[in-house]
Amino acid sequence: MKTNSTTIKVDYLARVEGEGSVFIKLKNGVVADVKLKIFEPPRFFEAFLRGRKYSEVPDITARICGICPIAYQMSSVHAIESAFGATVDGSLRSLRRLIYCGEWIESHMLHVYMLHAPDFLGYDDVLQLAKDYPDIVQRGLKLKKVGNDLVALLGGREIHPVNVRVGGFYRVPDKKELQPIAERLKWARDAAIETVRWVATFTFPELDQDYEFVALRHPDEYPLNEGRLVSNKGLDIHVREYEFSFEEEHVPYSNALHSILKGRGAYFVGPLARFNLNFDKLSPLVQEIAKEANALPEIRNPFKSIIVRSLETLYACDEALRIIEQYEPPEKPFVDVTPRRSFGFGCTEAPRGILYHRYRFGPEGAIEDAKIVPPTSQNQRTIESDLRNLVSTYSSLPRSELTWKCEQAIRNYDPCISCATHFLKLEIEQE
Amino acid sequence: MTARKPRIAVFKFASCDGCQLSLLDAEDELLTVAELIDIAYFPEASRRVKKGPYDIGLVEGSITTPHDVERVREIRKVCRTLITIGACATAGGIQALRNWKDVKEFIRLVYASPEYISTLDRSMPIGSYVHVDFELRGCPINKYQLIEAINAFLWNRKPNIPTYSVCVECKLRGNVCVMVAHGTPCLGPVTQAGCGAICPSYQRGCYGCFGPMESPNSPSLSRHFAEIGQSKRDIMLAFRGFNAYAEAFRKESEAHEG
Repeated sequence: MKTNSTTIKVDYLARVEGEGSVFIKLKNGVVADVKLKIFEPPRFFEAFLRGRKYSEVPDITARICGICPIAYQMSSVHAIESAFGATVDGSLRSLRRLIYCGEWIESHMLHVYMLHAPDFLGYDDVLQLAKDYPDIVQRGLKLKKVGNDLVALLGGREIHPVNVRVGGFYRVPDKKELQPIAERLKWARDAAIETVRWVATFTFPELDQDYEFVALRHPDEYPLNEGRLVSNKGLDIHVREYEFSFEEEHVPYSNALHSILKGRGAYFVGPLARFNLNFDKLSPLVQEIAKEANALPEIRNPFKSIIVRSLETLYACDEALRIIEQYEPPEKPFVDVTPRRSFGFGCTEAPRGILYHRYRFGPEGAIEDAKIVPPTSQNQRTIESDLRNLVSTYSSLPRSELTWKCEQAIRNYDPCISCATHFLKLEIEQE
Repeated sequence: MTARKPRIAVFKFASCDGCQLSLLDAEDELLTVAELIDIAYFPEASRRVKKGPYDIGLVEGSITTPHDVERVREIRKVCRTLITIGACATAGGIQALRNWKDVKEFIRLVYASPEYISTLDRSMPIGSYVHVDFELRGCPINKYQLIEAINAFLWNRKPNIPTYSVCVECKLRGNVCVMVAHGTPCLGPVTQAGCGAICPSYQRGCYGCFGPMESPNSPSLSRHFAEIGQSKRDIMLAFRGFNAYAEAFRKESEAHEG
């Protein structure tokens, strides 16, 4: 029998943050090979962090990603504070949550309106979309700006903010400074509801797998900065136990490591995982709008992540307003820390999913060893398995349509390739 | 008469994506800008690809692989004007910290399977491989400076981007000097303006995102740092940051090694 072998290639994935490509091989209509290739050049962050002072770390790790610098700063400061035995609570803890809400709004709205929605409506990009739907795109841009302005207010600027430090902030706002943004967040909350209603009308390609969803879970709140690592298949560990349960593999075709759950394989992090595992912690308003949109856990179709991102944006607006309403400035903008020879662990919920940092410090607080695992490297294996399934389901589609569907499926994860590639390294053995 | 819209392309090398994101972060200006120019190649934002030549190429990121050396040379050929955006493209970025290491030793230490990786010994700015028409500073760039630079080149005029120090911006904002008042080490006196002096405005010292100003007296600042209690190593680290390989900062950090 003659073998009918074809390949689907996308040489440069568009509308993702960073540089990647995809390679799919079909034999007689059956998927033979799928490779998500990341060719973003490595930048060696974990290596050059060695020898840097603890106080410099949040500024340096922010530079891993221009889209989610707060996530890097938050995982950093939590890891450092855990190493030095410091606790940041009260108003300072709330302010951290507030700035993280700003980043979720900014990052999610960038993805929903500018990177992902054009796929569902058949446009190459948001500028084409804006020609037919100017009011909707304006709403998205305005929402994104509220998120950016919240980050800039608390952080000094929206990309690589300067105000986050170990122990808290360099400067904290007074109550009055937060009022103008609160007014805009009220508008944003309504606009986020409209966003949920809009994206819920999209047509979603079929894709459904029995994923293992992994996210933080906190007893009192929807997870941002703190919690235990849990899954829908029984994982329930402290953040410091991360490396007992997860490991990274180096594959020849990608400049980013693949993370797997030991003994179980691929897993799924990000908005869908958070939502499915923490629906009960969302505010009543978000739960109500989710019901109205018929978006209730367990959502297993990754294409529907666009609805969940919109719901999380609504939550971030709602939560930011709650924090501002209850805010009382702390007596001091930061708590003091005392460096010591130590290990520290931090894991927070970046917009794209869990972001794990582990550091080892010398006696003066200089980094001796660092490990950072970004969300996109954790989702890579799952993205490949989605592509396998998708291509099997839709193999009869014309090539260009199928290729576009594959691109869209990758964008379901809002992959940040810039992040994923900076962590090529495996565990360093100390002699 | 309808003139052809100027075509702009955005290219990326080793970087965090933050500087090109600045274009998408110009929420109030983006749709207007897009009416005046043709964003012909911008993979972070669009799957549509229009072939060159382009009137303006914006280049983000530093050169770190042999493949990227070839790529930047091809890009230069298809761009009438080439503008680098940000500290990576202009000075090699934070990843230029590798430039002081033995990269072979570095890779052996760091990689599980070094044979999968292709990388150069150094992270270098775009200008060390091809001619650059204008360099936009910052880690990240200031989005209003980006719009000003695009505008200036479209109208054949020089971009109005100041090269004085952050100190001038602090004075304009009416900030109290953090170094004089609190003894906080601050790179403001030797760093180019452009950020709006945000660090001193948030009660911390400048850490040099915009690289050296036009005539920096770094040795003098280092002497002052020593007087306010900074160790030799502290001074070395201060200059070896996001613009570590920019000449004035490189020399100053090397003067405090060991």
